Amino acid sequence: MTAATEYTLAELCIVASAEAFRDDGEKLATGIGVIPRLAASLAMKTFNPALMMTDSEAFMLSEPNPIGARDEGFVQANESWMGFSRIFDNVWSGKRHAMLGPTQIDRFGQTNTSALGGSYQQPKVMMLGARGFPGNSISHRNSFFVPSHNTRVFMDGECDYVSSIGYNPARLPRGHSLDDVDIHRVITDLCVMDFGGPDHQLRILSLHPGVSAEQVQENTAYELCIPADIPTTPAPSVEQLQIIAGLDPHNQRAYQIKDNPPGNRSPEVV
Amino acid sequence: MDKRLGAADAVAQISDGMTVGIGGWGPRRKPMALVREILRSDLKDLTIVSYGGADVGMLCASGKVKKVIFAFVSLDFIPLEPYFRQARQNGAIEVMEIDEGMMLLGLRAAAWGVPFIPTEVGLGTDVLTHNPAIKVIDSPYDDKEWVAMPALNLDVALIHTDRADARGVCQIEGPDHYLDDWFARAAQTTIVSCEEVVSSDYFHDPARARQVYWERSATSAVVEIPGGAHPSSCNPQYGFDVAHFKAYGATAKDGGFAAYCEQFLGADEAQYQERVGGLEAIRNIALPTY
Repeated sequence: MTAATEYTLAELCIVASAEAFRDDGEKLATGIGVIPRLAASLAMKTFNPALMMTDSEAFMLSEPNPIGARDEGFVQANESWMGFSRIFDNVWSGKRHAMLGPTQIDRFGQTNTSALGGSYQQPKVMMLGARGFPGNSISHRNSFFVPSHNTRVFMDGECDYVSSIGYNPARLPRGHSLDDVDIHRVITDLCVMDFGGPDHQLRILSLHPGVSAEQVQENTAYELCIPADIPTTPAPSVEQLQIIAGLDPHNQRAYQIKDNPPGNRSPEVV
Repeated sequence: MDKRLGAADAVAQISDGMTVGIGGWGPRRKPMALVREILRSDLKDLTIVSYGGADVGMLCASGKVKKVIFAFVSLDFIPLEPYFRQARQNGAIEVMEIDEGMMLLGLRAAAWGVPFIPTEVGLGTDVLTHNPAIKVIDSPYDDKEWVAMPALNLDVALIHTDRADARGVCQIEGPDHYLDDWFARAAQTTIVSCEEVVSSDYFHDPARARQVYWERSATSAVVEIPGGAHPSSCNPQYGFDVAHFKAYGATAKDGGFAAYCEQFLGADEAQYQERVGGLEAIRNIALPTY
């Protein structure tokens, strides 16, 4: 494996997000959005071939589909039917790891996909709704991808609407433990984090090249756990970039992070 | 036995204040022609249960809706349904916002005639905070608390399928029947629109019989409306109409739903289809690639 010298931030995020699926074994990997989907696909094609994946519609695949329009003769590698009703059987069995992009993530790891501001009866901004977040969050492992790390996403206080259960003792259901909640990784355009700090505090695991811990803290409205020595998020390998290019032939990854910046933002390479 | 009806006669079975479940998922295989028939009617105060798309948006925009029971309302490629969003932001509707899987459990409970199904889904979230009617209960078997997801009893279900015979044997040929079987089973009256009415021997082929997801006893009425899912998709017959959804979305910013209806709705489905380019044009809409 040769580390690439030139790569975009999107590609760095894909590789960092793929790592989240490394130890999952035989689980359904659901990546919603271009970067999470490419991350799950990369993980399945390289270090975790046991992962399972769907075609985002109704079939399980033994080989991830490339994103977007495909050649005339393309035949996807179906391995079983997996319609929406059957997805819930999988969700509730716990054999799934979803990576999604909520609009708000509070200090408890609770997320909001539903509504912002105003009152519940009359929100200022109506979004998607709770979707499958309540069930996902209590049933299986979840990770989050945030393309723009800022204090609107990592906001002060509690989410305007709590779509998914997090590490909030005040909301802990009777008979449950906070350790039952499995928020595995939070990958952003600045860093990789988990909720492994004291009392499930959000903690920096690695900083993307050229990003400082101070910068991450400034863009987070609550206090982060900042370990003494934080590694740099590893650069993609040349081989990984080739696989990503094959999975994303129309280069949709270039439109996922504002201005598609390079992955290494260190001053010395400018 | 002949359950065939015209769209207006089928929709005439719905009364003000009823709870209406709508099959399909987001922009996929929605019984839109039946929804349009409701738009043309005097119906009001409906409670809608749906994996929502433009069905929910249009019914809200036309003032037919008292309450929406939903987990999401989305057109997928347009993530936020414009008129549902408007209705929420105007405080115009009551809501019961639940998880996607909770909706399935509620429909199953209704179908099975049980008052609730226990689940851990919803615990720790605002699904419970904002729905005091959804109770949390003790288990007779463990020390945990459980959500008692109540039955979502439907007065009427509206579903669009590829084919049906006159007795109500319905085929969904596309890759996913979504939760349509549970909508059919949860309802007192199930109205199915279809692309084509076929003779019963169509189903002698076992591959076709495998594409029937509920018994004909759960189908009350069959309405033949080719193209009746437009502008949503009816895979493999046709995809969803991206351009039409964009035009629909644009009216939410400029002109309002009255302008949309003025331009497209028409007095009946024939007029609607004429205004959107005709059945051939609908049938030629390409399927999406994900």
